[in-house]
Formats: sequence, C-alpha cells, structure tokens
Amino acid sequence: MTKVFVAGVGFTKIAEHWDRGLDELMAEAALKALEDAGISSVNAIYVGNMLGEALQEQAHLGTLLAEDLGLVGVPAFRVEAAEASGAAAIYQGALDIASGKSETVLVVGGEKLSDGLGEEVSSALMMSGHQEYEGFIGADFYALNALLYRLYDKRYGAGGVAMFPVISHDHAVGVPHAQYPFKLTLEKVLSSPFIAEPLRRMEVSGIGDGAAAVVLIGERSAEKIKSPKTMLHISSSSDYITPFERENPLHFRALTMAVENVIREAKVERREINFIELHDASSIMAAISLESSGFAAPGEAGRLAEKGEFSLGGRIPCNTFGGLKARGHPVGATALYQVAEAHLQLTGRAGKNQVDSAKIGLVQSLGGVAATAFAILLRGV
Amino acid sequence: MRVPRYWRNIPFRYRLVGWRCNHCGTFHQEKPIICKRCRHRELYEVELPKTGKLVAYTIVQSTPKEFNLVSPYAIGLVELDDGTRILAQLTDFREDELREGLRVEAVFRKIRVDGEQGIIEYGYKFRPLIE
Repeated sequence: MTKVFVAGVGFTKIAEHWDRGLDELMAEAALKALEDAGISSVNAIYVGNMLGEALQEQAHLGTLLAEDLGLVGVPAFRVEAAEASGAAAIYQGALDIASGKSETVLVVGGEKLSDGLGEEVSSALMMSGHQEYEGFIGADFYALNALLYRLYDKRYGAGGVAMFPVISHDHAVGVPHAQYPFKLTLEKVLSSPFIAEPLRRMEVSGIGDGAAAVVLIGERSAEKIKSPKTMLHISSSSDYITPFERENPLHFRALTMAVENVIREAKVERREINFIELHDASSIMAAISLESSGFAAPGEAGRLAEKGEFSLGGRIPCNTFGGLKARGHPVGATALYQVAEAHLQLTGRAGKNQVDSAKIGLVQSLGGVAATAFAILLRGV
Repeated sequence: MRVPRYWRNIPFRYRLVGWRCNHCGTFHQEKPIICKRCRHRELYEVELPKTGKLVAYTIVQSTPKEFNLVSPYAIGLVELDDGTRILAQLTDFREDELREGLRVEAVFRKIRVDGEQGIIEYGYKFRPLIE
C-alpha cells in the first residue's frame, strides 16, 4: 500500500448562503483546494453529502461537480454515511490512492441545509437514525442526545459538560470561515432554552451551508507536488444505530475501535497527539467522544474541560477553529472542514489558532449518535 | 411514508410484536433473517409486555415536520417488565409526574398524519400506569 498525503485544502465560509447553490459552494471549495495543491486535474473525485436528495432533490452529485469543475471525464461519485459522509468520502479517496489505482484524488464535502425550512431539515436529519423505529415516533437526534445526557448525569454527574460549546466558541473568535465567530459564556449556555431537556439550544450545533475540499495524493506525486503536505491515516467502525440497543450507551464503541485502529496503523501513541477535532454536534457527544477515545476517563471529560485541558494552550486542545458548534456543521461537509483545519495546523498555517509545534492531529467524525465513526490521523511531514 | 412501508411494521407499531433470538435473547422490531447481535438464525415471534418503568425522558421542542402538529412531545426510554428497553412517545401525563422509575403502560394512539396522502398512522405510546 502506498502512503496517502493531503496536498491541498479549500473551503467556503459556513453561513446561510441564500444566494448560492450546493454545486457552486462545492466548486468554490474544490477549486481552492486544487489551487492550494498547485494542480489543475485529478484521477478521481469523491463527494461527501448526506441530504442532496432530501433538500435539493438532486442525486448524482459526483458527476455534477466534475462538470462544474470543467473536469468531465474524471470518474466522480458521491459517498454517504449520514453526518459522517464527508469522512466516508475521504476514506474512499484514501483507499483509491493506497490501492495504487489513482495518484491524485479530490475529495469534496458539501451540504446546503438552508434550502429546507427548519422542520424539513429536522425531518431530513432524522434519516441518520432508524426510521422504521426511532423516526416513526419522532425520537430525533436531539431526543436521543437528551436521553443519553440523562443517563450520563445519573451515572457520573454532568457537571462541566456544558463547557464544550464555550470552548468551541472561544476558538472560533476571528475565524473567517466560522459561522458563529463569537464568544459564548457558560451562563448563556445554561440560560438558553431546552431543545430537549436537559439538552439546551446552545449545546447543539446549528444549521448552515458550506463546502470544503482536500486533495489527496500518493507517494510518487508527493515528490513532484511542492505544496505543504501532511500524511493521512483513516479508520472506521460501526455500531447499533439506536444507542439504547448497545450494551453501554454511554460508550461510543465504534469511535473507540476507529481511534485504536488508526493510531496502531500510524504507529503513534495517544500522548503524541497534539490536538483533536471533535464531533461536537452536542455537548454530551463531545464529552462521551473524548472518554470513548481514551483522552478522558469515563465521566471526567466535563471536569477536564472546566480545567482548560481542551482549550488552546491546554493539555490537548480540541476544536481549534470552533468545531461543529461554532465553526459550523454543514453535515456532509464537516469532516472535510475538520481535516482541512488539521492540515492548516500541521503545516503551520493556523494563524492565531496555531497549536504550538503541532505534529500530529486527530479528527473524529460521527454518523448519527456514533453509529458510524471515523478516526483520521494527520501527521506533519 | 408510503402505505406499504407503514403496513409492513404494523405488528410492532400496534401491539409491540417482534422477534427475539432464541440464542442470545436480543429483541428485533422487524423480522430479521439473522440475529443482529449473535448471528443465530433461530428467532421466535414475541409480544412484549405492555407495562414497564420509565428509565429516562425528554420533551422535544424542535420538532420534525411529521410532528409539528403535536409539538412539543415527550420521548421516553422505557424498560418493560421483561427487561426489554424501547423508545416511545409518552402521553396522558402531567408534566410534573414524569420521573425516573415511573410505572407506565402501553396504549394505542394516533402517531401522525402523513402530509402528502393524509393517511393517519397509528402506533404505541406509553402513559403513566393507572393501578
């Protein structure tokens, strides 16, 4: 297997882009990534997107993007794994390079949630759950998170969990591509209305549009392409879709497996990882993710967050550009933003958000309530 | 939801009838070919008990379009008397009586109305047990 490198990244600002379509956002991110890598074409294109059929009534996003990029002829298709669709597209792109089939691959994640009314978006996002069971009775993502939060509070006490949105917002201040680049105090989080008690509105990610892209290349191209590069490893695992059918709903086993596999494959130790881009679709998922991936003991993540361990300058900074909560969470695009941001960190281009002497970064991407998990490890070269 | 899709799962939706693995005991809401936990192929039809206790609950405020007429609504995690845990909407309660450990019972209720075809879809909900 050949090694896989990230050689270019690009992204749009996350916002409610009323005047721009999904295809235009994806084309902008893709062209920026190609420009960053200093190349004009690739051997294959993979698109990560979750809700194109539901909100744009558009399938066939791969070839549509190839056409928009003036790259007709390049094989191009879309990959879907709920909110982890972008990570699934990276997985396919990395396999394509690793197998030797392609030498250069463009992976683009795009999502445009503002094409739906709020209730339509809530409805479409339920597709990541089990529709015949959870969906039929209205047990949506927020409801499942709220029930997890209750169980977590009963077992460990949920003190400090509400710090995760505060940390993400602190890091998003001044980030040009962030949807919500402002500070959020703990008091404001705790006084925001419930979205599903005990989960509050300011503890969950919002609704936005955006696209992000990465160029992946193989070893032979790495000698020719002169742009700043990082090496990429990726692993994935799955779990029962309904968290309450798992032996321990407060443990994201799929994430544990994905992280263990990726650090073994990359031959690194957990303590060598300098920062983490977490899937903080909710505060409680951020906490359980850190515990499940071995960066906090069960029940401890909130208390460590209160101590500043996950803030920039802390033991292991998380969500260095604002994470899902503050940078934004255009679902199928999110993992591409995470990888692009990790790449900027490791190539010394993170500006005021730079993690000092960062060498290894870990990206976590989850579909549903961690029923699909991806762990992506990037290393500076 | 298309009518055949709704109709296929009526046994579970109306009566909590599903399939239990003869080997590991895992409950399945839909008839599986193979057990999702232990991969055994011997499963038997089972009707779940209609009473249990509330393990956790929430009130959903930001509702999907299928449920905007009943918003806000309550979702509970219910542990039935045989130990099976299922998710359910809660109904016929006073908000101040919802608590962990509350005894509840299944009732047959309207769940939602399909927006396009106006088909009324029924199913189970749970309410505080009247003893």
